[in-house]
Amino acid sequence: MPREIDREGVRRLAGQGAQLVDVLPAHEYREEHLPGAVSLPLRKLEEQATDVLDRHRAVVVYCWDSA
Amino acid sequence: MGFTEVYDYVAGILDWLAAGGPIEGTSAGQPRAGDVARGDVPTCGLDERLGEVAARAHAAGWDACVVVNQERVVLGLLRAKELDGDPGSRIEAAMRPGPSTFRPHVPVAELAHYLVDHDVENAPITTSDGRLVGLLLRDDALRAAHGHHQAEGDAT
Repeated sequence: MPREIDREGVRRLAGQGAQLVDVLPAHEYREEHLPGAVSLPLRKLEEQATDVLDRHRAVVVYCWDSA
Repeated sequence: MGFTEVYDYVAGILDWLAAGGPIEGTSAGQPRAGDVARGDVPTCGLDERLGEVAARAHAAGWDACVVVNQERVVLGLLRAKELDGDPGSRIEAAMRPGPSTFRPHVPVAELAHYLVDHDVENAPITTSDGRLVGLLLRDDALRAAHGHHQAEGDAT
């Protein structure tokens, strides 16, 4: 179960080398995303996560907002 | 999936943008409301008198004033028409209560269209909890949107 973090937590983890994952549709990712984030749209997340991400590094997922 | 350290940034990129965080992507370079809004707009409280507030605003070169509480949360707006009202009236009675506000991350081109379409001179830009960032002037919005559009055209 992912742990919830806030903005400062994201900054801290990103500084420590965490992988940022944008789960929004690809066209929205192209418009804007957090620096260094990779695009893994939600419907492809489970299928591609192990191919794209390093299991030994922290992962931070985000969407548009909490809705 | 074998990932042991997974976090969920629940507030999302909207929270990041609202806080002015850096972004990447095709819209990264476009000016946003928070970049163009004027943070030095005069402010006043509900209990002040219109005459004093108007004098203060005009002395600072403004024909607008934003009504805020002690936490700088926007309560109302005084545009030129309101500032010309009865000098003895309380701000609470003179102001336009609950003006439409916009977030700092909204592209300024979008707001320029809004301000023109609705024939509005300016609009308060606030954080998601209603605190004043600044007042976006229609002319500033149009200039910024036009300047960015020209720069994009020059680059192609």
